[in-house]
Amino acid sequence: MIGKPPHPEPGNRDNSMSDNSTRTLIMDGLWHNNQALVALLGLCPLLAVSNTAINGLGLGLATTAVLVASNSTVSLIRNFVRPEVRLPVFVMVIASFVTAIELGMNAYFHELHKILGIFIPLIVTNCTIIGRAEAFASKNNLWRSLVDGLSVGIGFTLVLIVLGGFRELLGQGTLFDQAHLMFGEAAKGMTLRIEDFPGMLIAILPPGAFIGLGLLIMVKNLIDKRLAQRQAASSGYVEEATGVTG
Amino acid sequence: MEFPTHSSPHTGRPNRVDKVMLQVVLALIPGTLALIFYFGYGVLVNLLLAIGSAIAFEALVIKLRKRPVTPVLMDLSAVVTAMLFAVAIPPLLPWWMVVLGMAFGIIMVKQMYGGLGYNPFNPAMAAYVLLLISYPVEMTAWLPPAVLAEHHISLREMVLFKFTGALPDDYTLDAITMATPLDVMRTNLDLNMMISEIRTNPLWGDFGGFGWEWVGNWFLMGGIWMVYKRTITWQIPLAFLTGLVGMATLFWLFDSESFPFPLFHVFSGGAILGAFFIATDPVTACTTRTGQLIYGATIGILVYVIRTWGGYPDAVAFAVLLMNMAAPTIDYYTRPRTYGHGEMKS
Repeated sequence: MIGKPPHPEPGNRDNSMSDNSTRTLIMDGLWHNNQALVALLGLCPLLAVSNTAINGLGLGLATTAVLVASNSTVSLIRNFVRPEVRLPVFVMVIASFVTAIELGMNAYFHELHKILGIFIPLIVTNCTIIGRAEAFASKNNLWRSLVDGLSVGIGFTLVLIVLGGFRELLGQGTLFDQAHLMFGEAAKGMTLRIEDFPGMLIAILPPGAFIGLGLLIMVKNLIDKRLAQRQAASSGYVEEATGVTG
Repeated sequence: MEFPTHSSPHTGRPNRVDKVMLQVVLALIPGTLALIFYFGYGVLVNLLLAIGSAIAFEALVIKLRKRPVTPVLMDLSAVVTAMLFAVAIPPLLPWWMVVLGMAFGIIMVKQMYGGLGYNPFNPAMAAYVLLLISYPVEMTAWLPPAVLAEHHISLREMVLFKFTGALPDDYTLDAITMATPLDVMRTNLDLNMMISEIRTNPLWGDFGGFGWEWVGNWFLMGGIWMVYKRTITWQIPLAFLTGLVGMATLFWLFDSESFPFPLFHVFSGGAILGAFFIATDPVTACTTRTGQLIYGATIGILVYVIRTWGGYPDAVAFAVLLMNMAAPTIDYYTRPRTYGHGEMKS
């Protein structure tokens, strides 16, 4: 066994790095294989922290940073880690980055760090990150892993912001509340507030997160179905629309 | 060998959805009338609003699903949901909350799961819980029973209040609303008052709250009629009430000054309504007879537990929704043995 590469041929099938394949990676991460809406990974932070758009943005950016860093590192060391110990090694890589990000946030976004609390260290357990490390970065070269980490992270962040904004708007009638925690005092004007809005408390509470995520998945499937229908109509043949796990 | 046929008439049991639903509607009428008598026109306005919006939302979804609308509306299930919801919510609730509740109940809880027969949760109770969690203040502000009320609100004033939020000049909202007996009992017990002390308040009748106990009686009558007509089985209501009374008796015997006597629990809040009309929903309840006994008893026990130690004054809706979740599992483990199959007794 010694001397053999620990992993099945790492991604040399597609080393051309053509513009097309990078675009596919980006589209997969943002939409077709969106980790929150399609793979349904990372639900714990997604549901717990998406009570306002700014919280969602904060956690989403932290997750994206960890994803990019961990994907790149895992990709660089993919040929030196024996398969038997790869998971502990990946977890350690991820945990180091999470620790660094947590300390950084505590230093530069202290208030936001206080609100997000335990969910920053818990990024370690976000299945999306270990999932991308194991399923993608350990089999692909640095550039592709980096692009994948970035697009998956941004896809996850977008879902967090949309879900957070939706819950915030329904629950307390505001949008981008406490934006100054993220963008400094000047951003206080960003907050939109609907006066005399009775607020639907359930949207802020955990059930609102589940219902909201369900509705987002519904909207995504609806758009996919429409797109597939349009494509079928323009290319002249009818194809069954694919389901949730496309 | 002869198989004699007995002479006519051979009457059949009604087994069509619309007939069963119609019987439920009829059985609900006495209790609903009593509720209107004791708590005023608000109940009536809620009822009309809820039925109207439930039918409208049901028609909308069926239309979106490109199914024929009329047969679905004619099965009356939306009307039953709306009636159960309307008798559960307080009479002063603003109109849009009623409509919001029905939109959630019919669209999200019932139709999104596939419509009647496929919904895992009771739509009326899910709608009630949505409102209770979102708007706790409005959902716990009841009117005092009419006989005790200092202000009598006319139909016109009630409609005006529900649609615009405007009260007549000399009324304030605090002056006309009142907590439910369960709520009063709970708040006063939290203040370390004795039950004999709490019950000196004119709010109390013989068993439960004044007026409330009679509403409960009228619902009980409708419920017993449904059992007699075999619209519902006796297992769920009996097990529900036994579970509730059992728990209440246990703790009442232990300390009768800090745990209310059993019949108080039966005739307060939604216990009777829940036992006969809500827990027995044929779609979301257990279907096996043994399962129904377990299901009903657990709801009864949960109602007592949540009422006594939980965060909300009444608990029927929470208990029913929790057990809705458990119903398929209970059914799975209580499937009756098929005749001719299974283990043989040695």
